[in-house]
Amino acid sequence: METVVFVFSLLDCCALIFLSVYFIITLSDLECDYINARSCCSKLNKWVIPEVVGHTIITVLMLISLHWFIFLLNLPVATWNIYRLIMVPSGNMGVFDPTEIHNRGQLKSHMKEAMIKLGFHLLCFFMYLYSPGLDLPVAEAREPLSKTPYTTDPHFEDGGTLVTCERDSEMAK
Amino acid sequence: MSAPAGSPHPAASARIPPKLGGAAASGAAAPAGPGPGPHQQNGPAQNQMQVPSGYGLYPQNYVAPSGHYSQGPGKMTSLPLDSQSGDYYPGPYTVPTQNVVTPNTASQQPGAQQMYGRVPPAPHVVGSALGSFQGATSSASHLQTSASQPYSSFVNHYNSPAMYSVNSSVASQGLPSTCGHYALSAVSNASYPSVPYPSLPAGDPYRQQMLTSQSALTVRPIRESSLSGQNTAVSHPSPLPPPPSQQYQQQQSLSGYSTFSWSAPGLPSTQDNLIRNHTSQVAANNNPTNTGVDSSSTTSSASPMPNSYDALEGGSYPDMLSSSASSPAPEPAPEPDPAPAPVPTVPQPSKLAKPFGYGYPALQPGYQNATTPLNSGVPPSSPGYSGFQQYAQQYPGMNQLSSSLGGLSLQSSSQPESLRPVNLTQERNILPMTPVWAPVPNLNLDLRKLNCSPDSFRCTLTNIPQTQALLNKAKLPLGLLLHPFRDLTQLPVITSNTIVRCRSCRTYINPFVSFIDQRRWKCNLCYRINDVPEEFMYNPITRSYGEPHKRPEVQNSTVEFIASSDYMLRPPQPAVYLFVLDVSHNAVEAGYLTVLCQSLLENLDKLPGDSRTRIGFMTFDSTIHFYNLQEGLSQPQMLIVSDIDDVFLPTPDSLLVNLHESKELIKDLLNALPNMFTNTRETHSALGPALQAAFKLMSPTGGRVSVFQTQLPSLGAGLLQSREDPNQRSSTKVVQHLGPATDFYKKLALDCSGQQTAVDLFLLSSQYSDLASLACISRYSAGCIYYYPSFHYMHNPSQAEKLQKDLKRYLTRKIGFEAVMRIRCTKGLSMHTFHGNFFVRSTDLLSLANINPDAGFAVQLSIEESLTDTSLVCFQTALLYTSSKGERRIRVHTLCLPVVSSLADVYAGVDVQAAICLLANMAVDRSISSSLSDARDALVNAVVDSLSAYGSTVSNLQHSALIAPSSLKLFPLYVLALLKQKAFRTGTSTRLDDRVYAMCQIKCQPLVHLMKMIHPNLYRIDRLTDEGAIHVNDRVVPQPPLQKLSAEKLTREGAFLMDCGSAFYIWIGKSCDNNFIEDVLGYPNFASIPQKMTHLPELDTLSSERARSFITWLRDNRPLSPVLHVVKDESPAKTEFFQHLIEDRTEAAFSYYEFLLHVQQQICK
Repeated sequence: METVVFVFSLLDCCALIFLSVYFIITLSDLECDYINARSCCSKLNKWVIPEVVGHTIITVLMLISLHWFIFLLNLPVATWNIYRLIMVPSGNMGVFDPTEIHNRGQLKSHMKEAMIKLGFHLLCFFMYLYSPGLDLPVAEAREPLSKTPYTTDPHFEDGGTLVTCERDSEMAK
Repeated sequence: MSAPAGSPHPAASARIPPKLGGAAASGAAAPAGPGPGPHQQNGPAQNQMQVPSGYGLYPQNYVAPSGHYSQGPGKMTSLPLDSQSGDYYPGPYTVPTQNVVTPNTASQQPGAQQMYGRVPPAPHVVGSALGSFQGATSSASHLQTSASQPYSSFVNHYNSPAMYSVNSSVASQGLPSTCGHYALSAVSNASYPSVPYPSLPAGDPYRQQMLTSQSALTVRPIRESSLSGQNTAVSHPSPLPPPPSQQYQQQQSLSGYSTFSWSAPGLPSTQDNLIRNHTSQVAANNNPTNTGVDSSSTTSSASPMPNSYDALEGGSYPDMLSSSASSPAPEPAPEPDPAPAPVPTVPQPSKLAKPFGYGYPALQPGYQNATTPLNSGVPPSSPGYSGFQQYAQQYPGMNQLSSSLGGLSLQSSSQPESLRPVNLTQERNILPMTPVWAPVPNLNLDLRKLNCSPDSFRCTLTNIPQTQALLNKAKLPLGLLLHPFRDLTQLPVITSNTIVRCRSCRTYINPFVSFIDQRRWKCNLCYRINDVPEEFMYNPITRSYGEPHKRPEVQNSTVEFIASSDYMLRPPQPAVYLFVLDVSHNAVEAGYLTVLCQSLLENLDKLPGDSRTRIGFMTFDSTIHFYNLQEGLSQPQMLIVSDIDDVFLPTPDSLLVNLHESKELIKDLLNALPNMFTNTRETHSALGPALQAAFKLMSPTGGRVSVFQTQLPSLGAGLLQSREDPNQRSSTKVVQHLGPATDFYKKLALDCSGQQTAVDLFLLSSQYSDLASLACISRYSAGCIYYYPSFHYMHNPSQAEKLQKDLKRYLTRKIGFEAVMRIRCTKGLSMHTFHGNFFVRSTDLLSLANINPDAGFAVQLSIEESLTDTSLVCFQTALLYTSSKGERRIRVHTLCLPVVSSLADVYAGVDVQAAICLLANMAVDRSISSSLSDARDALVNAVVDSLSAYGSTVSNLQHSALIAPSSLKLFPLYVLALLKQKAFRTGTSTRLDDRVYAMCQIKCQPLVHLMKMIHPNLYRIDRLTDEGAIHVNDRVVPQPPLQKLSAEKLTREGAFLMDCGSAFYIWIGKSCDNNFIEDVLGYPNFASIPQKMTHLPELDTLSSERARSFITWLRDNRPLSPVLHVVKDESPAKTEFFQHLIEDRTEAAFSYYEFLLHVQQQICK
């Protein structure tokens, strides 16, 4: 049971990491004018609810399986996600609104948020990976599992470097 | 270009000349005329003929692109039309018994069937629509009272009963039966086929035309639609700079600044114009803010014909002309032979005097120049700021002298005027007697002369702080206020193959770049060194080679380029206008249709556009009605679509028709429309579906949609609920529902914006209509919003009159299509928030489907990197648009400002009006995203913070007093005015729509108009004198002093005029002089003045003449025509007047003095 919970969380967490990277890439594309605000926001808004659902599932799962620490760790982030979704004004087209995103530094704050989430999910990822719940499978499947971070890493690094590169280039401009 | 596809249309357009001779001639054939009219390059010079003639022609070939636009169906139908042209008219129409069905069956002849077959919903409409159609019939049955029976037979697939609406014509012809009616139509049609179709040779495609302007560089006049040809600017001999509003009025005069090199020296009239224009350009060069005021004096001396070139060329050297009065002789510039050799020698002497832009051997001359005064005038560094500058502006010819004098005399004074500390609580009359002018940036004289006019481009801080830290310390907002498409009196228009731009940041070359040597220039925004292209070396004005710094691009900070095809994603669109009209019961009751149709009929010929202009009409209540106006029909055909859940276009290509080809039908429709729905019982309004249909109709081309709405949309997509709680109107706490209720309108607006369609909203409603939601349709599609609360043509005639005047301006003003605006600024600065009506497509690119001369924008700036290594920053706005004549143009404004490092200098350069307008924009954002009370607090805090920050910089300050620098002395007053503005006030009963409308106004009005809205001007008008009067168009306009907005200034013996931007109030005191009442108002005494009076009678007395000329002058060229209200001291309407007296205390708000005390208290805390 324990194992199932953690394997599921691990996968879910992977998905969330990918999602965060996707958010960062898309937002930085917008920052660099590779795409326009309209398409950027419609792309991102599509993934807001999956993100909330994905993260809420982990949180609830941890509550059910009585992992208090992980639950409490996840709770604020999950709450923030839901709060953000609920607080969208009725006239806006979603969490990311194309008419607002260039105003009042929203783009930057969205970017910051995506970065923080990426860090948080990475943290969680390693926590699930090395948690006692996964003792057995890790011992057995050290090879494939230890590869997992490796396989995700390039993506992250891609995302990470991509972002920094672009930022650098922007600075250079 | 596709002869078969295009052939029917040229055939059709060939009929224009016989049909509407004059109009067509002015549109297309004018270039051939020799007059000084719109096209001035008609002279015998080299290639000027190509441009206008190609210009005149290509509207016709546009047909091919249009077929191309309207994909499938469009192409299909062009064929059947062709075939019909032979037998269409005689065919169906000669059979009188066929009734209305015939036109449709006619169009279902071979070719047309394809088109109809293509519309899938057609059959199902029959089923679903039959019932509702009955309703429609009944609602419309008044049209043909005797013909209600035949309707059943009309019902074809189209549900298009083809309501032959020309009821009146039936009556007038005395043909009572419908059969007779159609017979009549047959008769009228019979005349059509007899017109031969002299198919014009297809003109060269416009691309080619674009290329024909290869000629190195021609400077062309702007073709203003309403171009009046003559220079009214000439008639202002007054030395006073015209106040901003007056410059508007001069707009029409621009009649081509241009055409120097190619233009006709042989044509006396044009030539005269040229010189005038030219000299007015001189004036402009001398003094950018003082456009074209003093041209007449120079004109006279420069008129000899052979000398005209000299005069022209001399014109581009401001200093020469200004120094040596009006003798262009020193600059012979003999033949049109661009010899490179003599040129550098000729202007040599002047180079010494003018380091900037002239002596390129010196590195970065701009910097050299700019730094010198900064260093010399050390701490205050702004010698005699406002005072001397205004003086200099008024006497542009004396610029040089006065500058040296002013520099000498005032440099010694320790503190500039703008930094003089003012004790706000002590100063009783804080408001100056004269209008507040924009402060002039503290640049050296050359740069100042070149700088952009403050009317188009203003910055809240004319001294840019060096670092963000310094800006934070000053606690002042930093941003730009733009009015980019302002009507200008004169504007250099440049045609050249290569538009010179920086290769890395794409900045357009401007007066503030520095020429490193003849071949290279350094961008002033990104500091990249660029090459000067070969073409740019030749100067068409001086006809000399090797003087890139004297090209008009480098001599004017506001220029317009004719863009090449590189700047087009598609062929330039024609002007397309669609009117979407609410015809529900409520709308018919209000009676706006009469006013609208009347205005349209009057201004149909003045709509900006060319021979391609297209127009269409839609009406809606619970169903949507389209009007088939295809030429060849005998009457407009009404097509009803009742399926509002899935709107479709019944005949996609005959709903938007060529204005000139179908003019008769359009006029018929406009005459018939007001009476078509008089008996309607339909109360619902399906605005959302109607807008969707409009979007579909417009999306192939883009253009302008004007929506008239009179109530809350109650059907279909985008329906809204009433959200206003009338009991909360005067609540001091929370004001809710300032934001939109649904994202429907925003999404639709973005779709429209993507298809280059702007939606202008006219809301004429007596009840709550949720403007907050509806406004989104205009806000994000770059439209504009007009609101007429409690509009009724009978009960509220002043509103009807206002609508009529607004419409006149709206319909005839300039318009630009498919526009984008990009704002660039010097490296280190960045823009972060934009205000106005547009969609921000990417970080600095504003997508504007339409641009109109009344649109203003604001941008907030932040300083990302320290600006220590530069002494100047520049801002450039480039507005790329398609003119109504189908030309792609780029209007570029460049503003240059100094950078300062001390806090005192930052305060010295505050432009308080710009700051207040930017703050108002920010406050609107804040009240929508957060709450109204937050916004109000933020406004108060802006004053508190900036004044306390200033207080802490001034050491020798008695802490009990409230001290402000002179530049900021009006700041608290304006903020108080904002707090009492409709948008932000609390405690006073304010309808939600009124409040939201005020917010929309703040967002999209340009600064001059916004300032009047925030802080009205009050004048005493019962004692107008000619003292200080100015002359405008042979009229003497008195200039009474401004009064402060307080009841203490109102005396019972006086009469006062308040100018609130959108309304004028004349307050008549109880014991006002009877002479005044009789002479100006035309009544014997106070008691006999009626309660509602909205006009001043034209009386033949001096005081009446003065008052009227003053009011006309104030009124000229406002975007919203102000309505005059005469308010008697006792009338109930006086509350309207008194609520604008913002210095007075009201139940809910501070008086000015109390507000100051409040601010002081906050500072001391």
